[in-house]
Amino acid sequence: MTTTPPRELPEFDVDSTIYKHLADSQMNVELDTGDMILNIGPQHPATHGTLRLVVRLDGERVIAADPIIGYMHRGYEKLTEFRTYPQITTLINRIDWLSSFANEVPFIAGAELLMGIEAPPRALWIRTALTELSRIATFLLFLGEMGLQVGAITPAFYGFRDREYVLNLIEASTGGRFHPNFNRIGGIKDDLPWGWIADTRECMAKVLESCDTFEDLVVGNPIFEQRTRSIGIIPAELGAGYGVSGSNLRASGVDWDLRRDGNPHLPYDQLDWKVWTHPDGDSFARYWVRLQETRESARMVLQLIDGLPSGPIMAKVPRIIKVPAGEVWVNTENPLGEMGYYIVSKGATGPFRVKIRSASFSNVSILPWLLRGVYVPDVITILASLYFILGDIDR
Amino acid sequence: MSPDAPDVVEEQPPALTEQAEEILSRLRTALGDGIVDDGGAYGGLILRVRRDAWLPAAEAGKGAGECDYLSFISAIDWMPAPALADEGSGDTSNPVQPRETTYGVTGSEGRFQVFAHLESTQRQRWGVTLKVDVDENDPRLPSWVGVYPGADWHERETWEMYGVVFDGHPSLRHLYLPHEFEGNPLRKDYPLLAREVKPWPGLVDVEPMLGDAADAAADADEASAE
Repeated sequence: MTTTPPRELPEFDVDSTIYKHLADSQMNVELDTGDMILNIGPQHPATHGTLRLVVRLDGERVIAADPIIGYMHRGYEKLTEFRTYPQITTLINRIDWLSSFANEVPFIAGAELLMGIEAPPRALWIRTALTELSRIATFLLFLGEMGLQVGAITPAFYGFRDREYVLNLIEASTGGRFHPNFNRIGGIKDDLPWGWIADTRECMAKVLESCDTFEDLVVGNPIFEQRTRSIGIIPAELGAGYGVSGSNLRASGVDWDLRRDGNPHLPYDQLDWKVWTHPDGDSFARYWVRLQETRESARMVLQLIDGLPSGPIMAKVPRIIKVPAGEVWVNTENPLGEMGYYIVSKGATGPFRVKIRSASFSNVSILPWLLRGVYVPDVITILASLYFILGDIDR
Repeated sequence: MSPDAPDVVEEQPPALTEQAEEILSRLRTALGDGIVDDGGAYGGLILRVRRDAWLPAAEAGKGAGECDYLSFISAIDWMPAPALADEGSGDTSNPVQPRETTYGVTGSEGRFQVFAHLESTQRQRWGVTLKVDVDENDPRLPSWVGVYPGADWHERETWEMYGVVFDGHPSLRHLYLPHEFEGNPLRKDYPLLAREVKPWPGLVDVEPMLGDAADAAADADEASAE
């Protein structure tokens, strides 16, 4: 057997350098390219609002990313200093607009702690049920939309359809699809309407069924796996240092859920449920964890409506709400992560200072680290899998 | 509240939880006299540290305190809120803050205080709030970015909103506001411009509707009955 001689280069070449590279054993000598600066956003479907991402590209690879936020900054921390406690729930509804009800809960719980008021059990159970319903609504949108970002349109329709069922339930009990403003200091505004419990039971069956559909359609799909497996890995320790919380951190294997591990503001300890984690920390893990959590929330809602205690829905509250001087830090598990309020009161009808700790702000602050070295199409899946709401970043 | 509690309600710190006591004893060992004062708010631990102990406090919080998770960093301006134009109207929809300067749990030396909250992802109900006074005329602190990478954005926000400079921060630039913005909007002496242009309408702006007079009479009856 004779060895083939090295290939002759054409003499007349136009692209002689390229041919030389091809013939050269050092094929992987990188071609000299200039950096390119690419603006992603402010308007992009993966950003749920107006997030601008300035990325510096070397070919298809991101070498630096800088998120520019503030397009939706509404100055809520300043505005809370000029409003009374009942007025503020209207504002904080708009922080994370997909799960508005869950935003109200920690603030109201903080004001109740400062005033020494305890909401009656029925109010707490309804609060928990509505918080879990808004979690389901938020996650259903994610489960559908994440498919859309990798090119699968069908899950988006399922996601939007099933979310609408849940929003109908929220609307039936609170009167608002997106901004319920339903929590009151000392309880909730109204009792549940007639027939709501039967509707909820029916709807939760649909949600559980739809989770199975997502599992079949998306999780088992080889294209989806290729686009999300080992993409955008957040190491657990680094994620915690950045303040990444909620499902994003649980997808990195951290078994930490404020519903179980935080201060008990809602009666989660009376329910039978489990915290889901995934060891991988990639985009796929974040999708998988949220899918399991949607199921878990549906089971929790079923338990909540079965065990709903009777009794009043409001504690005795003074007509004009004056909160005694003091400080309190209250955080709860929002659908997007840790949502907290540090309330400083000086005994007036409004707070002196409210620090709003929103989940997406810290979740997105890891992006400059996370996007370094990934390819442009993966930027989109990483953004979608982190799942943030711009109102929750910009406040 | 027990009946033999002292008269000054604000200075009565509620008991610390077991976990908070444990963190307190660990951080006391680590920081020594760097801790100026400690207090509690509804079971949670609040520590006020000396300015030169701000960076060691983060390191101790992460190391000995086992708080691997940075929740937030922000600041408080303890200056009393300036009076609003329509305060005397008796409109209860407009909160009137007290005029005297008071400081919250663990107190403060001056106007500005930076505070942060740390938590542990490995334990249950495990967290600490750290506070530090900063100089009013030259607010300056060492940056936490080397300890908690998430401090980056929180410190940018605090710098932008309160003017606190963080030494050693990689790029202290505007986060929310345009880069040419001047002033520190969350300081108490920075006016809420919307209110300057037009006072809060509150109750006076509502147009009277049919039957309002009857409702007002019913309200008055109810109020007198109470």
